[in-house]
Amino acid sequence: MLKQKLVLIGNGMAGVRAIEEVLKINPDGFEITIFGTEPYPNYNRIQLSKVLQGGTSVSDITLNEWEWYEDNKIKFYPGESVITINTKTQSVSTDKGRKESYDQLIIATGSNPFMLPLPGADKEGVKAFRNIKDCEEMIEYSKRFKKAAVIGGGLLGLEAARGLLNLGMEVDVIHIYDYLMERQLDRTAGKLLQAELEKQGMNFLLQKNTAEITGRKQVTGLKFTDGSKIKADLVVMAVGIKPNVALAQEAGIPVNRGIIVNDYLETEIPNVFAVGECAEHRGIAYGLVAPLYQQGQVLAKRLCGIQDKGYQGSVLSTQLKVSGVDVFSAGKINEDEGTKVYKMYDDWNGVYKKVLIENGKIAGAVLFGDTKDGNKLFDFIKKGALIEEYLESSQCVNSEVNLVASMADEELICGCNGVTKGSIVEAIKANGLTTVDQVKGCTNASRSCGGCKSLVSDLLACTLGDQYQADQKEAICSCTTLSREEVLAEIRDKGLTHIREVMNVLEWKTDGCSKCKPALNYYLGMVNPLKYQDEREARYVNERMHANIQKDGTYSVVPRMYGGVTTSEDLRKIADVADKYKVGMIKVTGGQRIDLLGVYKEDLPKIWAELDMPSGSAYSKGLRTVKTCVGENYCRFGTQDSIGMGIRLERKFEGLNTPHKVKMAVSACPRNCAESGIKDVGVVGVEGAWEMYVGGNGGTHLREADLLFKFKSGDELVEMIGAFLQYYRETAKYLERTSAWVERLGIDHIREVLSDELMVTEYNHRIEEALSVVQDPWKEAINNKNLLRDLYQNVKIPVETK
Amino acid sequence: MEKTIRSVFIGEVAELPQKLGKTVIVGNKEIAVFKTEKGDIRAIENRCPHKGGVLAEGILSGEYVFCPMHDWKISVKDGKVQAPDVGCVQSYPVEVKGDQVYILIRE
Ligand code: SRM
Ligand SMILES: Cc1cc2nc3c(=O)[nH]c(=O)nc-3n(C[C@H](O)[C@H](O)[C@H](O)COP(=O)(O)OP(=O)(O)OC[C@H]3O[C@@H](n4cnc5c(N)ncnc54)[C@H](O)[C@@H]3O)c2cc1C
Ligand code: SF4
Ligand code: FES
Repeated sequence: MLKQKLVLIGNGMAGVRAIEEVLKINPDGFEITIFGTEPYPNYNRIQLSKVLQGGTSVSDITLNEWEWYEDNKIKFYPGESVITINTKTQSVSTDKGRKESYDQLIIATGSNPFMLPLPGADKEGVKAFRNIKDCEEMIEYSKRFKKAAVIGGGLLGLEAARGLLNLGMEVDVIHIYDYLMERQLDRTAGKLLQAELEKQGMNFLLQKNTAEITGRKQVTGLKFTDGSKIKADLVVMAVGIKPNVALAQEAGIPVNRGIIVNDYLETEIPNVFAVGECAEHRGIAYGLVAPLYQQGQVLAKRLCGIQDKGYQGSVLSTQLKVSGVDVFSAGKINEDEGTKVYKMYDDWNGVYKKVLIENGKIAGAVLFGDTKDGNKLFDFIKKGALIEEYLESSQCVNSEVNLVASMADEELICGCNGVTKGSIVEAIKANGLTTVDQVKGCTNASRSCGGCKSLVSDLLACTLGDQYQADQKEAICSCTTLSREEVLAEIRDKGLTHIREVMNVLEWKTDGCSKCKPALNYYLGMVNPLKYQDEREARYVNERMHANIQKDGTYSVVPRMYGGVTTSEDLRKIADVADKYKVGMIKVTGGQRIDLLGVYKEDLPKIWAELDMPSGSAYSKGLRTVKTCVGENYCRFGTQDSIGMGIRLERKFEGLNTPHKVKMAVSACPRNCAESGIKDVGVVGVEGAWEMYVGGNGGTHLREADLLFKFKSGDELVEMIGAFLQYYRETAKYLERTSAWVERLGIDHIREVLSDELMVTEYNHRIEEALSVVQDPWKEAINNKNLLRDLYQNVKIPVETK
Repeated sequence: MEKTIRSVFIGEVAELPQKLGKTVIVGNKEIAVFKTEKGDIRAIENRCPHKGGVLAEGILSGEYVFCPMHDWKISVKDGKVQAPDVGCVQSYPVEVKGDQVYILIRE
């Protein structure tokens, strides 16, 4: 059979999706050719916002790799534009002089950003936000300039503004209305959004009409119709898009705002179709991917000759991709005489919910602050469900997993790709899927804007039950595909006892690496603290040598000073040792003790012996320091004995192995001189009580600790710290600080678990077990000849030896 | 100029720590000697080509050592730095006679 020649103009999201659908239905039916102006394989335009906001690179957003084109035998011409279509001879020609004939032609040329025709709009530094190139140019600008102005307070403008803020620019957003995102939100939600974004550092100029872009060659500012002015080195216009129809129009294909298509995406010219933002269906040219993907499906069926009722238009829903902001809207957003509303407004927490009802049916919704119900409402709107149905379903569901469990099978999980709950569950069951990524690969759910990832994850949780751990997809390292949870389960189930055994039984692909070996060593020791033989060769040098290695291969020595308190005797010993071994430097650390730097490896054991002080574990994944403030015995504000409590904690928990280092502090009043607010466990004494804060971090990712509990007695406090540490030991990933762990589990969840007295007792039981085998590592080394030889002595062979 | 190969005795097999490195100083050369999990003995220059890290203190996995400074992965067999990093350190042939270990150094 002779293949039909199918040509696609526009290598964007809608066009390529249509091709994917065609390949799904009839992989060998067509000889496919794709032309794309942009010199990249098909990428996820939506995620440009994330690229601009940082943390995602251009290569991360590719949807179809180069191989995809090859594997499907598609002739792909990147960086090549079609300049004419000849509908008589059924052929197209390109700016590179290529000519290609077609049996069927798809036009999917997307839109162009709408640039306000202002005086000065052609100056350097005036940009749109549409493609990779725009994104890269803005990033470049942010390196050289300070001030940006974004014209347009809609979705795109706000996402651009957030990106520019992240890039370190000062950002003014100019908007013509008196509130933001007026097309998707009502005034209340728009104002809440504004307040939140102002908190994030955005500056808004509302009800402003730009009159002119000022500057010579390069922009220097904006002038408004009211005569006011601002400075700007970069101006981003985000005021809307217009369908890219020039090519079609010149070829005589009927266009209105977009290329006119019927329910089967057919233009008025035979064998010419249009899909995506460039197409206009029943008077609407859509600007979001969900409807475009639906169009793609219909088009594919039409091309492959499959019966279908055709494309019926779409109800839209919107989400804003700015971190820390949850907004959702769908359907009708503003009330009128014909509507009733169901409204909830919690000013204090900034949560707003409005559901619009027409003739008893849900017609629209606006959510701010808590958007969990978004998908469900969207579904109800599309079905025209009665308001009662929503109200009933939203009672009694409090956990997210319950929420997905209660959804009907035909409810949509992924709006962008039109994937229902039923089809995801089916795919999970049929293909044994266990991770969000696998679901994405199999069903396309969460492949576009990613907004439904947490729903997919919940769905995995309720389909797989106990087998599922939300973040299990992360393999320990590239030596295995297994996650922490899987490895731990195997260690426990099979009673594995050492690293080599784990690697053999669980079919490691290598002999291990610097990531998995220390992690396995930790997990094995955590599971079986009494029997496990620590494998020092699996430990990172600092933890093997019990000293921090320096850039020149020497080491540092930090003896313990409980609670930062020392004696003249200890100080004298330190001074003597420093003199005798000519240490490079004596330094007071940030952890309230003293560091001897620049010590030779072979001198370490001698220094430890002469100091005769315990190791400060300044190198360990374990308890480091417990900082204390002066406290009630001396300080005029002190309410508690912070020093006493600090020393007690340090003595109790020293030597414990933990997933990452653990730092503590005890302050005796809220002035917090020991900085308890940025410690893994921070204690603050107040009149008659101790407050326990957890998950603080003063390092790379600064995080303020959360208040966990408040106790009247010190004993209760110490018991809870024990339970907290053991819970962390058992559930954190290796090298996950408490800050990241608390963030991952949620402080409420942790508080709930630790509110159970029985759990607290059990965790304490297990941590006592782990603490019972702790030995001072320095003493251990100086008393063990083999250790001394294996780790601390070099072999020296004089030159003469022949 | 003629090159000679010198065989240097560095100690007995049992004196080398299992699955770890040992710093061996021969004149002004510093060599990292490893006893792998399989029991093979390997010798390479004790200086990471990246920023001079002491390879003898790295984590040894199979035939590779991970530099303790910035985690480069280096073959203890032939001294080759593994992708994505590039480079090479000098490797030295090792001879085991009975329980005695010799390193062959070309001079
Ligand atoms: C000695 C000391 C600096 C000083 O002279 O004050 C120090 C020195 C080192 N810190 Fe630190 N940190 C020291 C206090 C801190 C503090 C302040 C504190 O504890 O109050 C912080 C921020 C607080 C925190 O951790 O929340 C701190 C955050 C870090 C981090 C980032 C940890 C994080 O989770 O973001 C690292 C890197 C790591 O652990 O992966 C680090 C790693 C290091 C290492 C071990 C780097 C390394 O792996 O070689 C440094 C060893 C230097 C050396 O050559 O000996 N150091 N480090 C401090 C020792 C305190 C002690 O007495 O034990
Ligand atoms: C920053 C940003 C964030 C967004 N966020 C969201 C979101 O959160 N949710 C959402 O649903 N939508 C979002 N969108 C919109 C979404 O990206 C678009 O709706 C979608 O990409 C449109 O697909 P398309 O295929 O019609 O057009 P495009 O993806 O633009 O593809 C058209 C392609 O055709 C090429 N082309 C044009 N003319 C020719 C020619 N003559 N010859 C060859 N090639 C040609 C163009 O270069 C382009 O690559 C966002 C858009 C942007 C820019
Ligand atoms: S901040 Fe810490 S890790 Fe960084 S250089 Fe100073 S001591 Fe080293
Ligand atoms: S010095 Fe070895 S990795 Fe940097």
